[in-house]
Amino acid sequence: MIVYFLRRLALTVPTFVALMFVTFVAIRLVPGDPVEVRVGEHGISPERLAYFRHQLGLDLPVWRQFLDYCWRLLHGDFGVSLSTNQKVLTEFLTLFPATIELSVCAMLFAVAIGVPAGAVAAVKRGSVYDQALMTVSLFGYSMPIFWWGLLLIMFVSVKLEWLPVSGRIDLIAYYFDQPTGFMLIDTLLSGQSGAFLDAVRHLILPAIVLGTVPLGVIARMTRSSMLEVLSEDYVRTARAKGLSPFRVIGVHALRNALLPVVTVIGLMVSSLLAGAVLTETIFSWPGVGHWLIESISRRDYPALQGGVMLVSTVVIGVNLVVDLVYGAINPRIRHGR
Amino acid sequence: MKSVVFASLGLAALLAGMPAASAKTLVYCSEGSPENFTPAINTTGTTFDAARPVYDRLTEFKRGTTEVVPGLAESWNVADGGKTITFHLRKGVKFHGVKDFTPTRDFNADDVLFSIDRQWKEDNPYHNVSGGKYDYFSDMDMPDSLESVTKTDDYTVVVKLKEANTPILANFAMDFMAIGSAEYADFLLKKGTPEQFDQVPVGTGPFYFVAYQKDSVIRFKKNPDHNFGEKALVDDLVFAITPDDTARYAKLKAGECHVNGYPRPADVAEMEKDSSLKVVHEPGLNIAYWAFNMTKPPFDNKDVRMALSMAIDRDAIIKDVYLGAGEKAKTLIPPTMWSYDDKIVDLSYDPEKAKAMLAAAGVKTPLDIDLWYQPVQRPYNPNGKRIGEMMQADLAKIGVNAKLVTFEWGEYRKRLQNAEDDTGQMGWTGDNGDPDNFFFLLGCPDGKPAGNNIPKWCNAEFNDLLAKARAIPDQAERAKLYARMQEIEHDEQPELLIAHSIVYEAMRANVEGYKQSPLGTHAFQGVDVK
Repeated sequence: MIVYFLRRLALTVPTFVALMFVTFVAIRLVPGDPVEVRVGEHGISPERLAYFRHQLGLDLPVWRQFLDYCWRLLHGDFGVSLSTNQKVLTEFLTLFPATIELSVCAMLFAVAIGVPAGAVAAVKRGSVYDQALMTVSLFGYSMPIFWWGLLLIMFVSVKLEWLPVSGRIDLIAYYFDQPTGFMLIDTLLSGQSGAFLDAVRHLILPAIVLGTVPLGVIARMTRSSMLEVLSEDYVRTARAKGLSPFRVIGVHALRNALLPVVTVIGLMVSSLLAGAVLTETIFSWPGVGHWLIESISRRDYPALQGGVMLVSTVVIGVNLVVDLVYGAINPRIRHGR
Repeated sequence: MKSVVFASLGLAALLAGMPAASAKTLVYCSEGSPENFTPAINTTGTTFDAARPVYDRLTEFKRGTTEVVPGLAESWNVADGGKTITFHLRKGVKFHGVKDFTPTRDFNADDVLFSIDRQWKEDNPYHNVSGGKYDYFSDMDMPDSLESVTKTDDYTVVVKLKEANTPILANFAMDFMAIGSAEYADFLLKKGTPEQFDQVPVGTGPFYFVAYQKDSVIRFKKNPDHNFGEKALVDDLVFAITPDDTARYAKLKAGECHVNGYPRPADVAEMEKDSSLKVVHEPGLNIAYWAFNMTKPPFDNKDVRMALSMAIDRDAIIKDVYLGAGEKAKTLIPPTMWSYDDKIVDLSYDPEKAKAMLAAAGVKTPLDIDLWYQPVQRPYNPNGKRIGEMMQADLAKIGVNAKLVTFEWGEYRKRLQNAEDDTGQMGWTGDNGDPDNFFFLLGCPDGKPAGNNIPKWCNAEFNDLLAKARAIPDQAERAKLYARMQEIEHDEQPELLIAHSIVYEAMRANVEGYKQSPLGTHAFQGVDVK
C-alpha cells in the first residue's frame, strides 16, 4: 500500500510542474498589462509604466520570471496580490472555507438525492418513474448554471419570498466573529439564536444550483451501476435465499454499485469548483471562484497563478485520496492489475 | 489577516449577542470588493465608495453637486495671483479609534502634511507601503503643480503652486486627497505593521470602520463625534457586496438592500413601475466622442470633419446601443456641469448635406478610412463595436468606406494617444467636476504624442482661454471663457461628440435624503431609512 501511495504521489509531481507552466503562460496570453489595466483614459507615462513594471519584475525575460515564480512556489510563497497587496495564500485561506462549505453541501444534496433516485430507477427499470428520472437528470446535467441560479432567485426568493436572494447570512440581523470561515460552524459558535437556521436558508439555493449537475451525473451513474450489479449472481443468490427486497437492494446490491459512484464523486470535485465560479458570482458567495474571475479581469498575475495552483492542489489531493481509498477497497487497482 | 477584521470599539457588545437589528441600518448593495481602504493608492470607484464613509477631505463636493465647499478646511484664501492657497483648518475634529489604537489628539495640520507627503515625497516612510502607486495624484498633475505644502501653525496649511491653478481646489475634494491620521501612521510604523493603515482605515468621517470580509460585507457605524457638514442619520451602514447586477436587483426588490448604485438600464422600466422602489437618474460626468486625427489629411480640413459628423445618426446609436440610457452631446461637458452652454446649436443628422460638403471640400468618394472602436465597455460607451458598426453603415451612405479596427485596451489607448489612427472612438469620465478637467483634453499641451488630446487639435484661441480660465478664481468669469471655448470647439469639430451616458440609481421607496452625485460616487451621510 505504501509503495502504491508513493507511486501515486510521484505521479502528481509532473502534474504540478505542468500546472505551474500552464497557469504562468495562460495569464500572459491574455492581452493586457497588469499595470496598464488599472489605468483608465488618463493613460500612464512611459517612465511610470517602466518604473512599476520593474517593481513587479515584469521587465525581466519571461523565462526568468517563470523560474523566479517556480522558486518562490517551492518555498511556499504564492506571492502578493497586485490589486490588494495582500498575500495570495492569506486571501485564498480567507475565501476557501466558503467554497468548501458550498461545495460540500452541494455534493451532499447531489448524493442524498442522486443515489436513492438512481437506485430506485434501476430497480424499476423501464417504468415511467425510470424514464422520468432519466429525463430530469439529463435536464439537470445540461442545465446552464447561470440561468438556473437566476431562475431560482427570481422564483423562490423574489416571487415566493421563501429564501434569501444571496449572501451567507442576514447582514442586518446578525453580526459575529467568524473564526473558522465556515458559516454553519461560526453561527453555532456565535450563540446568536436563529443565526444557524438563517445560514442554512442562505445555503439552500446555491447548494441546489451547484449540486444540480453532479446530481444528474450521480443519479445516472448509480442507475447504470445498479443495473449491472442487480444482474450479478450473488444478488440472485441473495434473492433465492429469501432475503427481503430491501436487504437485497440496500445492502447487497447498492453497496457494490456505489464503488464507481465514489470515483465519480472524486472526479466531480473539479467540476464543482468550476461551477462554483458562476454560482458564487450569482449568489454573492465570498469564495475563491469569484475571486479568480476578478483576478483575471485585473490581470492580477500572482493572485491568479497562486489561486489556480492552490485550487488545483485541492483537486489533485482529493483525487489522490479517492484513488487511495479505491485502492484500499479494490486490491486489483493497487497492484496495477 | 483574519477573515474578518474587527476594529470597532463597540464590538464587545455585539459579540455578547446583542442583535444589531434594533439599530437603524442602511444596506448598500455594492458592486465589488475594495482593493483596500486608502483612496490615494487606488483608482476604482468601488474602492473610493468603500473608503468615503470613513474619511473627510480639506474641501468637499456638496452632496449631489460638483460645488466645492469647506471640509476639514473651514475656509481658505487664494493669494499671490492664484499661486498661494492658505487653508484654515477646523478645530475640535476627532479621529476614530480602532481596536488597538486610540487617538490622543484632534485632527491638525500634521495630518494634512502626512496625507500629501505620502503621495508626493519618496522619503516619506509610507511612500512605498502597499505598492506605492499614487495614480490619481500623478494623473491630476499634483507633482507638477505643487511647489510646497507647509504649515504655519497647527491649524493653517499653506499650499504654494508653481502656476496659478484655480481648479486645484476641486482636487482637494477628490477621494485621493482623503486625510488620514498621522498619529495612527506613526503608531503602526512603530508596531511594524504599516500596511494596516490601508486595511483598517482611521479617518474623521461621518462613519467609522467596523469590519470587512472580502467579497461579502463592509460594516460601518455612525460616528457620533462628527461635528461638521452632513451627519450620519443611520446607526449602521452595511455594504453588501453583490457583483451580479441581476442579484442586486433581486436583493433590492426583496428588501435585502436599500440602495443599488448600478442598476442595469434594461431593468429600469420595470423598477419604475414598482411602487416599493424609486429610481433617480442624470447624465453622467462623461463624454463619448469620435475623434478625427488632424495630423492626417483629409481630417485636417474642417469641412470634411463637419461632413463626417453630420453623416452619423446619433439618435439611432442612443436608442439602439445606449438603450435610451444616453443623452446626445453637443458640448464636451455634460449639462450638469457649471459653465455648460445650452445656447450651442447641435449638429443635425443630414447625410445629403454631408455628401455635398465632402464633394465641395474636394474629397473623392469612395473614401477609405480607418474607424477605431473601443474594445472594452466604458461608463460612457456601452458597446464600442456596435457603435462602430452603426457609424460604418452611416458613413457608407455618403461614400465613405470605414474599416473597423481595434486593439487590446491598453494598446488601443496608447496608439490612439500617439495618433496612429485615422479616426477613433474615445471618451472621458470627469474626475473633479471642474470644466478644466474636460477642456484640457483639447488643450495644445495634451496634443503632443501620448497626450490625451486624441484629435491632436491645437487652436490658439481655445488654448489661450484654457490657460486664462485656469488662473481666474471667479467662477462666473471662468464660465464665460468656457462658453466661448465650447463655441470654438463646436465650430472646429475636432471630434464628433456622441453622448453622455445617463446614470441610474435605484433604491427602496423608504430611503430618504439620498442624492445622486454627478461624479458617480455614492455617499450615505444625510441619508435615512424610514
